[in-house]
Formats: sequence, structure tokens, C-alpha cells
Amino acid sequence: MSSALMYDRLQFAATASFHYLFPQLTMGLALLLVYFRTRALATGDDHFHRVSRFWTKIFALSFAFGVVTGIPLEFQFGTNWAKFSNFAGGVIGQTLAMEGLFAFFLESSFLGILLFGDPRFSRKMLWFATVMLFLGSWLSGYFILATNAWMQHPVAYSVADDGRLFVNSLWGLLTNPWLFWQFAHNMTAALVTGAFVVTACGAFYLLSGQYHEYAKTFVKTGVMVGSLATVLMAFPTGHENARQVFEHQPVKGAAFEGLFKTERGAGMTLVGQPNVETMTIDNPLTIPDALSFLVYEDLYAQVKGLDAFPRELWPDNLPLLYYSYHIMAGLGTILIGIMGLALLWLLSGRLFTSTWLLWALMLAVPFPYIATTAGWMTAELGRQPWLVYGLLRTAEGASPLVHSGNALFTLLGFLGIYLVLGLLFLFLVAETIRHGPTEPPHTPAVPEPSGSHA
Amino acid sequence: METFWYIAVTFMLAMYIVLDGYDFGVGFIYPFVARTESERRAALTAIGPVWTGNEVWLIGAGGTLFFAFPKAYAAGFSGFYLALIIVLWLLIARGLALELRGHLDHPVWRQLWDLALMASSTMLALVFGAALGNLIRGVPLNRDGYFFVALWTDFLTGPNPGILDWFTLLTAATSLAILGMHGASYLAMKTDGELRRRARRMAAAASWVSAAFIALVMAAIALVRPSFHLNYEQHPAGFFFPLAGVCAVAATIFLRKPEQEAAAFSASSALILFMLTGIAWGTYPNILIATTDPSYSLTVTNAIAGSYGLQIGLQWFMVAFPLLVIYQVYLHRLFRGKVGSNSSY
Repeated sequence: MSSALMYDRLQFAATASFHYLFPQLTMGLALLLVYFRTRALATGDDHFHRVSRFWTKIFALSFAFGVVTGIPLEFQFGTNWAKFSNFAGGVIGQTLAMEGLFAFFLESSFLGILLFGDPRFSRKMLWFATVMLFLGSWLSGYFILATNAWMQHPVAYSVADDGRLFVNSLWGLLTNPWLFWQFAHNMTAALVTGAFVVTACGAFYLLSGQYHEYAKTFVKTGVMVGSLATVLMAFPTGHENARQVFEHQPVKGAAFEGLFKTERGAGMTLVGQPNVETMTIDNPLTIPDALSFLVYEDLYAQVKGLDAFPRELWPDNLPLLYYSYHIMAGLGTILIGIMGLALLWLLSGRLFTSTWLLWALMLAVPFPYIATTAGWMTAELGRQPWLVYGLLRTAEGASPLVHSGNALFTLLGFLGIYLVLGLLFLFLVAETIRHGPTEPPHTPAVPEPSGSHA
Repeated sequence: METFWYIAVTFMLAMYIVLDGYDFGVGFIYPFVARTESERRAALTAIGPVWTGNEVWLIGAGGTLFFAFPKAYAAGFSGFYLALIIVLWLLIARGLALELRGHLDHPVWRQLWDLALMASSTMLALVFGAALGNLIRGVPLNRDGYFFVALWTDFLTGPNPGILDWFTLLTAATSLAILGMHGASYLAMKTDGELRRRARRMAAAASWVSAAFIALVMAAIALVRPSFHLNYEQHPAGFFFPLAGVCAVAATIFLRKPEQEAAAFSASSALILFMLTGIAWGTYPNILIATTDPSYSLTVTNAIAGSYGLQIGLQWFMVAFPLLVIYQVYLHRLFRGKVGSNSSY
């Protein structure tokens, strides 16, 4: 691999993974905000209104960081992946442009109304703006995933004389069979992140003896939504995603499961370190026949291992892919456990006083972020060596004239800037949480302006 | 069809420069005209609610370029690699400055973001001007339709130019002068008191500087790209745009009274629109002009996407575009009037 290509890949991986820390929270929170605003409208009291306002503030922070880190991605298709853009722009240009002109636009306009219009607009208007915000953020996710689904499973395209691809059915592109379960899985994962963040904040307030009523609302809502969403994340959405991988990208499936050899009654490796040289797993802990059963609902079905495919079709970073998948699945299971336990304690009325469980809920907040990042790494590393599955190799997609010195320079720049951004975000969220849900609204550009601003 | 998308991309880009241009202009001049904290808040409140909406035009223009002219998007974005990545970093800094300045009530925190806003806005105004200069001068496209230009080479417009040469530095300076004037007239229109008076004086001074720079650029274009006038000779209707631009410059110079602030801002907006349209008129049908061999130029015909995609794109574009315009009009009406003096909202 030429080093420019390596830096291009690292740069996209770094910027996309870092960016996605923010939208996963905004998309998850958006649905919870719709719930809070609906309650505020239905009950008419100030409690849910303040709850909504507080989480709108956190949403706005996450959204702002999502915007500033998202714009680079739209540009990087062109800057670092020019040949891919030229090759596939006639297809993915559609969904990316629609994302910008419909979804991002919808989301940013209604967020502006929510932030600048809180004291001025009626609660009905705020509710409506929140619903539109939710629609915008989920629609945004939909268009981006439609783009990714096409790279995983290209449909609805035709090949021009010069080899470039053009879309031949927008409907086909937007209803890519790959997209349905990918969207469902991704959105439940976003909801899991949102639920964990809301719960953790409530747990923190309970443990520190502050804002008791708000804390109970946060924890209760977070745990109810989180316990449902964690289960949905595994089954059916995660399960169906894995099945479609085994159906359409069997080599990816074999790689992330660490299945080196084709087997009947293939087992599922829970723990172990893949050794690519000897094609074995060190220190394996395996459930016999489980993989055959999960993929084909038959304990003795044959599952193709890596040995069934030529080496040049293997994903090029096998151990990392294997670990990404296992971290995602392992953490997902832990998240189901924590939320399930919290739900039992909530229903029996003991949760708000169970210090140990509140600590666990508070400290668990990084896990959904790690699981989601690992999930995306599974999807994207597993797509290698293809950029567009079966049609364009990653090595053929990079910008031809951007040399490694330039690519490394910008990679280092992004890493430095994103380190600062990450610290700033954590600091500002901590500040917002410290000020609590009873603070009056404030506008992002300026604190309360001297006169009433326009 | 190709021409329609050329116009669409040009128009969205021009709207972006008009709208976000005043944000850059305000960022550039506000440390000079807004001296007290309350004046700074007023200046930022003038752009606070609208800048994200303005930035949507950049996303729109970029996205539309990508889907209508994927080849030009690929060539241009990879060719201007370093400049574009630097634009991204500056946009990050600018966005954070506007979003985060008000989050903490501490003078050092505010000074930090004042500095970030001023530096990033100034640099963005310069970079966008230089980018425009590059589109006029042309780039060293190769046979495959790709190029790569360094940030600078020998500062000459020869066959191996950098992003910065004497000509693009001139367009960069012009851009800074015009956007400074544009931002100052926006502030004069939106604010009151001392701030308003200083902004108006700044706009007046900047309009003279802009006029001088525009004259220089027009002379330089004849030197750098002698073929620029061909389109005008074939289609003299295009002369409307430079002439209207000249009128707009004159208007920005002479509209100086307090009650003419809105008119002065309209004139500077019109100036930017006419100027960019005039440039597009001269470079059409080229999107990227080759300095190497004219036949390597990327034009609306050889960079266009497939016809089905463009047809279907037209349908959703016709829905999205009016929505975008309606929203912008609504937002600007919602926040119309002077900052701080209009408490009826």
C-alpha cells in the first residue's frame, strides 16, 4: 500500500469516526426530545418544559460539533478520493446533495428556531420545531446510510462508456435492500447512545443529591427507552445485518467471526486472538454450532470460512476487523445486561436509591459510543479491499496527485484539531450539566443580549 | 440541461458569498468597529441566528457540483487540496467561535473566540478570493482531468502556477476589501449608536478601496486570461453584468446617509452577485480552465453526470430550492431590524 493511500484511509477513518460521535447523540436525543416536548405540551407544567430545554441545549452542543466535523467529510470525497468521486459521483452525488439540501437544512433551520425562539414562541410551536428537528436528523441519517448502503451493496446504477457509474433509478437507490436493516440497526444504536447519556446525567444528579425531580425523569425515561433499544439493537436489527453480510459479503462475515476454515456446524468464537499466519484462533472460547444456527437456523449448516476465498478478496486488516466486531457485540451484550438490570430495579422501585447501580449507569456512558464506533469499523473494514463492493477497489479510489506528504500533513492537522474539539465538547457538556436543568434559556452566539435581541 | 446546472451551481455559490460573505466581513472588521463588550455582543447577535442558514448554501453548492459535475468536483477538490483542507479548518474555527463564545462568562474565554473569529473570517475571505482567481487564471489539468497545485510556487501565472500568485493575491485582497465593506454595511444596517457610526465610516472607506481593487482586477484579467472577453464579444448581453457591477460600486460609495443603510447593503450584495455572474459569463462553458492544453479543460459538457440522474435531480431540486429561499427570507424577516432596538419579537 502506497503511503499516500494509507494516510488517505487513516484520515477518512479518523474524521468520519470522530464526526459520528456527535450525530449518534443528536439522532438519539432527537427522538427523546420529541417525547419530552410532547409531555410538556400534554401536562402543561414547567417540569417537562425545563427538561426539554435542558436537553435541547445538549443537543445543540452536539449538533454544533457535528456540523463543524461533518462539513469536512463532504469535501473529503473530493479532496482525498477524487477517482472514487469521479467514478461514483453520478450515483452518490444524488444522496449526498439531497442530504445537504433537505435534511441538514431542515435540521439546522428548526434548531435555530428552537434556540432563538424559546422565550418567544408558543409551546406548540416549540413542539412542532422539535418534531421537524427529529425528522431532519433522521432523514439526514437516512441519506447518509443510503450512500453507505450503496457502497456496501451497489444497486440502481448503469455504466457509461468511460467506465463511470450513473444512477438509473433514484427509487432503487433509496430503497436499496441493504439499507432497511442497516438503517434500523444504526438508528436503534443512536437511540441507545441517547438513552445512556440521559440516564447517566440523571444518575449523576441522583448520586450528587441535586435536581432530584429532574434526575428521576432522566433515569426513568433513559432506562425505559434504553432497555428496549438495547434489545432491538441486537435482535432483530443486529442479527439481520449479520445475516445479510453472510448472504452478500460472506468473506466479511467469515473474517469478523474469525472463521478461517469452512465448516459444517460452525461454532461462534466469543473470545480469542486470530493468528493470520497459522489461520487459527489462540485461546478460543467457542459455542459449538452457534454460528451455523444464527446464520442459517440450522445447527449443521455449512458456513464458508476464509479459506473458501482467494486471499486478494480478504479484508486487508483482519485482526482489527475481528476485534471491532467482537468489541461491538460484546459491549452490546453488556449494555443489554446493564439496562435490563436497571429496568428490573426501576420497576421494583429500588433504582433511585441503589447507589451501585446508579454508579454503573453513570460510568457506562462511553460504552455505547465505543460499541457504535466498533460497529462502523466492522462495516467499513469488512468492506475492504473494496471501496464500492465488487466494483472499485480502495486502492483505485484515491486522489491520483495528492502525495503522501500532503496527506500526512492534513491528517496530523485534523488529529490535532479534533483533540482540541473533543476536550472542548466534554468541558462544555460538563458545564451545562453543572448548571443544571433549571437555568433559563440562553442563546449560543451571545449570552442574554442587553436589549432583547431581534 | 448542462447550462441549467452550471447556472444552479454558480447561483448557489454566489448566494453563499453574498450571505456568508457578510458574516466573514463582520468577523474581519468587528474588532475594529465594536470596541466594548456590549457592542461586540450586538455585532455577533446580528449574525448569530443566520450564519448556519447561510452556510447551508455552501453545502448546497458543493453537493450540487458533486452530483451534476462529478468530474469537476473530483478534479477541483483534489487539485486545490491544501487550500480546501485549510478552508475546512477555518470553517471549524469560525463555527466554534460563533457557537461557543457565549457559553462561558469569562473575559479570556471571549477574547479567545474573538481572536478565532477574526482570524478565521479574514483568512476565509482571502482564500475564497484566491479560489476565484484560480478559476479565472486556470489550473494545470493533465490528460486524465486531474491537477495538483501547491499553495505557492514562484508567484507567477505561468504554466506551473501555485494557488497563490500575484494575480490570485490580488483577487484575494479584492475579496477581503469587498467583504469588509459588505460586512460593515450589514453591521451599519443592523446596529445602533457608536457601533453603527463606525461601521458606516468603515463601509465608506472600504468601498473606495474595493473600487480601486476591482479596477485593478479587471485590468489584470485582460493580462492573465486574454480569452476572457470572447464570450462577451459573442454575447454582448453579458456586458450588463460588469456595467451593473460598476453602478453597484458607485452606489456603495454614494449611499452614505444613515437612512440609506439598507440600500447600501443591497448595493454591496448586488455588486457581489453581478461580479460573480460576470466572471461566470466570461469563463462559461469551462468549469476548470486548463493552463496546459485548452482541450484538457473541464467544461459543462465533459464533466456532466448521467442524464437520468440530472432529470430526477431537477425534480427534487425544484422542491428543495424554493424551500431554501423561503426559509432564508423567513429567517431574515424574523430577525429583521436593528439588533437591540427592536424588542417587539
